[in-house]
Amino acid sequence: MTPRPLARADVLHIARLARLDLSEAEVERFAAELGTILTYVGEVQRVDTTDVTPMSHAASPTPPESEAPAAGPTWRDDHPRACLDRSSALANAPDASAGLFRVPRVR
Amino acid sequence: MTETQGPAGPWTSAVALRQALARREISAREACQAALTRIHAGEPRVHAFISTSGERAMARAEALDRAPVQGPLHGVPIALKDNIAVAGMRTTAGSMMLDSYLPPFDATVTRRLEAAGAIIVGKTVCDEFAMGSSTENCAFGPARNPWALDRAPGGTSGGSTAAVAAGFVPLALGSDTGGSIRQPAAFCGVVGLKPTYGRVSRYGLIAFASSLDQIGPIARTTADAAFMLDVICGADPEDATAAESAAPSFGATLPGAAKGLRIGVPRHLLSSGIEPGVGARFDDALGELVRLGASVSTIELPHSHLGIAVYYIVATAEASANLARYDGVRYGRRAQAATLAEMYDRTRATGFGPEVKRRIMLGTYVLSAGYHDAYYVKAQQVRALIRDDYTRAFRSVDLVALPTAPEGAFRLGARTADPLAMYLSDVFTVGASLAGLPAVSVPAGFTDEGLPVGLQLIGRAWDEATLIGAADAFERATPWVGEHPTQFGAA
Repeated sequence: MTPRPLARADVLHIARLARLDLSEAEVERFAAELGTILTYVGEVQRVDTTDVTPMSHAASPTPPESEAPAAGPTWRDDHPRACLDRSSALANAPDASAGLFRVPRVR
Repeated sequence: MTETQGPAGPWTSAVALRQALARREISAREACQAALTRIHAGEPRVHAFISTSGERAMARAEALDRAPVQGPLHGVPIALKDNIAVAGMRTTAGSMMLDSYLPPFDATVTRRLEAAGAIIVGKTVCDEFAMGSSTENCAFGPARNPWALDRAPGGTSGGSTAAVAAGFVPLALGSDTGGSIRQPAAFCGVVGLKPTYGRVSRYGLIAFASSLDQIGPIARTTADAAFMLDVICGADPEDATAAESAAPSFGATLPGAAKGLRIGVPRHLLSSGIEPGVGARFDDALGELVRLGASVSTIELPHSHLGIAVYYIVATAEASANLARYDGVRYGRRAQAATLAEMYDRTRATGFGPEVKRRIMLGTYVLSAGYHDAYYVKAQQVRALIRDDYTRAFRSVDLVALPTAPEGAFRLGARTADPLAMYLSDVFTVGASLAGLPAVSVPAGFTDEGLPVGLQLIGRAWDEATLIGAADAFERATPWVGEHPTQFGAA
């Protein structure tokens, strides 16, 4: 299949969903590049996947040396525990005030 | 050149260094100082590090010298890829977005390594948010390959593999999502081990693609990698996917053997696009494994040629969700704007580099209404078929062998204009990532141009022991791990 650039409207729609403010040059470049990449990865659409369960994670059945009987995630007990104190949580904030994250006006 | 010998030398293994420390032939302070001196001398050429932590490292070394030698890595200097959190130490993931981020907590691997006595000397160069194959997507400049400074060290853990290859440190951590430990290990002529998905906690690893990301060791010998894996593996209340391992010791099972192992080679994947020197070294390596008593047969992995396509759908979809957190509110960069919505859009536009934006766009597209089923769900189904191919193959073989990368290290700048060509360098590594299987790259000689070649072995889920045993046997039967880049090691 010959790669076809993505439509400009599609690039702008995706950028909006992704909350990326793209420059005009980026819109043009991504239209071409995403067209090429989507044509390549679109190869998967030619595979017969009737009755195949989608694989959403890579966790294999529990290791043979493990005592745990079941496959899949290991959940911890749901008890309250110590967590970051407020000053540590705010330490990397670009703007904070009165113990809160501060952001520009919502309009 | 006395510095090149003795326990403080650049090519001393972590195991030998630990023994020398235990016998008090060398102090942790001397070992740490020697590493820092090598880094100081070599960094202008290699640029393996985004940040170094010499003062903190020396303070830790001095504290360790006052304590009994206990931990399995007591006094061993190590480097961490800069997408792994160390409390209070700048951690950027190679992104301007996190240019001045100071994690308020340690990654689980950080905590375990420091508890074992390891000394972190710095944070290594990686592609931005671990997206790339060369470190050229690092916002702070690429690392260089110690074997040929005009070439890429591979990526995304290329700073870690370069630091180990140049003799700065014997051990480093990388992370592997589609080959990011193994491909740079091959390019730099070192050992890189991607454990089974779930073997090592991802807590404190800056997320790229959560169903694929796995932390693993980079070392100059398989034994060193195995001892490091012993320290970092196991269940973790902070990561539900990290599985319990009952008192594992991969290091203690060595020396390993290849005798009797059945090794499968998916020949159909090797029909095109492989550099001749890489193909020749791969055949040599199979011959060596046969001499060691393994048997080699041809296997089929009928869906593996779709690996790159599946990977770039699944990984970008997960990345687009994981990277939504960079919104300029709680941490990281913020662009000034009059409204909250503009602040989000501009922060992300200025904080992320081109490859990260490309992948966020791609991932957002494949998850968007109207395309979700055709791309994302379809890719998850083909991913299941790829995994099932491996499951079937492992009924008749114990390991799968492939070259780690189809070529030797490419020149810096050679691929940056063509994102898809860069993606294709993951062709032999994405399979194990998608299937969640353990895989190792071990040095297997050199191309005609003198660039390192890696042999990749892939094992059954949770069977790192067989993988490590075979890699160790191969390594001891061949001269390759004893080869070092000539311009390093004198300082």
